[in-house]
Amino acid sequence: MPSLDDLRKRIKSVKSTQKITKAMKMVAAAKLRKAQENAEKGRPYSEKMNNIILNLSSSITDKENAPKLLVGTGNEKIHLCIVLTADRGLCGGFNTNIVKKTKSFFEKIKSEGKSLKIITVGSKGYDQLKRVYGEQIIEKISFKDSKVANYLDAEVVGKKIIDLFEKNKFDICTIFYNQFKNVITQIPQEQQIIPLKSNENKKNLVEDNYEFEPEEDEILSNLLPKNISTQIFKGMLENSASEQGSRMTAMDSATRNAGELVDKLTVNYNRSRQAAITKELIEIISGAESL
Amino acid sequence: MSNVFKVEIINPEKYFLSKEDVTEVVIPAFEGDMGILKDHISIISFLRPGLLRIINAKSSEETYYVEDGIIEFKNNCLSVLTSNIFDIKKIDKNKVRDTLVKAEKEGQNPNISDQAKYLVNHKIEVLKSLTLN
Repeated sequence: MPSLDDLRKRIKSVKSTQKITKAMKMVAAAKLRKAQENAEKGRPYSEKMNNIILNLSSSITDKENAPKLLVGTGNEKIHLCIVLTADRGLCGGFNTNIVKKTKSFFEKIKSEGKSLKIITVGSKGYDQLKRVYGEQIIEKISFKDSKVANYLDAEVVGKKIIDLFEKNKFDICTIFYNQFKNVITQIPQEQQIIPLKSNENKKNLVEDNYEFEPEEDEILSNLLPKNISTQIFKGMLENSASEQGSRMTAMDSATRNAGELVDKLTVNYNRSRQAAITKELIEIISGAESL
Repeated sequence: MSNVFKVEIINPEKYFLSKEDVTEVVIPAFEGDMGILKDHISIISFLRPGLLRIINAKSSEETYYVEDGIIEFKNNCLSVLTSNIFDIKKIDKNKVRDTLVKAEKEGQNPNISDQAKYLVNHKIEVLKSLTLN
C-alpha cells in the first residue's frame, strides 16, 4: 500500500501530464484546421496536372520513344521507396502505420529477389527503419525547419529522385504516405510515381484534339519531372494533415486516460486517508477504554 | 459581352487567381509569346520566364511575372499551373535583384544544357527590364 504522500505526488504528476496532453491536443486541433485547408487548396493543382498528363500520354502514339519517366526503363529490378513520415512523435500510430506498410512492401520486394533503396523524408521514419534496413537507406531528408509543408521542399526531393533516375540508379519509384480521410482515420498509401501508373478513371477522359506547342514528347519530358514534385508535395500535404489529426486523437484519448487515472488515484487516496483516521480513532477509544 | 473567357492561375499551395471576365491573355510560352482570345483551339504548352498579361473586359491590364509552368486552354477556360508567380505591382525590387544575380551566375555555368541556357537568358532579360522601371 503506497503511503499518503506517495499517492498525493502521483496525483499531482498525472494531473500535470494531463495538462500537457490537453495543450498538445489544442495545438494539434488548431494546426489541423490549417493543414486540412492547405491539403484541400493543393488538390486542384495536382488534379489538373494529372489531367494534362493523361491527355498528353493518350495522344502519344510512339510508345518506344516516349520518355522513360512515363513508360519506365523496361526493367523492374531496383525499387526506390520514398517514405514520408513526420519529424515529431506523440502522434499515435501515425508513423508506425506508414512504417508497417513499408516494411511489408520491403519484404515482398526482397522475397522477389529485387534490390531495394530507401529515401526517408522526416526523421521518425528514419529512426524506425534504420535498425533493420539501415544499409538500404541511401538518403535521409528532414524538413524540421519549415513549419508548413511547402512546394520548395517537395521540389528538393523531386530533383533528387530525377537525378538518381537519370543515373539509372533505380527502375521503379514508390512513395508512401498517410492519406487523410478524416480526423480519426488515416490510411497509409503506396503510390507508384515512376513509371507513371495510369489511373482507372481513364474512362471519363474526354478525347480532345489538343494542339501542342512544342511537340508532345517535349512537353511531356518537361512536365513529368514537375509531376513528381507535385505528387510528393501532395503526399506531404496529406501527411501533415494526417499527422495533426492523428496527434489530436491520440492526445485526446491520453487526456481522457489521465482523467480516469486521477479519479482512481483520488479514490485510493481518500480511502487510505479515511483508514488512517479510523485507525487513530480506534487507538484513542481503546486507549480510553483500558483506563 | 460574348468575347470573354475564364482564367485560372493555380499554385501548388492554393488558387492564385480566378477571373471570369477576361478578353485576352498574353502568355510567355516556350516558343514565344502567345496571345489567347476566346474560342482559341484547345492547346497545351509550357512557359518560359516572362510576363503574363491579363486584359479584362474593361480593358484594364494586370501583369504577372512567371518563372515556369504549364498552360492548358480548353472549352474557353485557360488554366495556368505555375509554382512561381508574382504580381509585378507588389513585387519587391530587392528580391528581383537577388534573383537576377542568381540567374546571371547560373547563366555563366558552362555545364548547363542549351534549353536551360535559353530559359536562363530569358529570365535575365525579363528581370533586368523589371529592375529598370
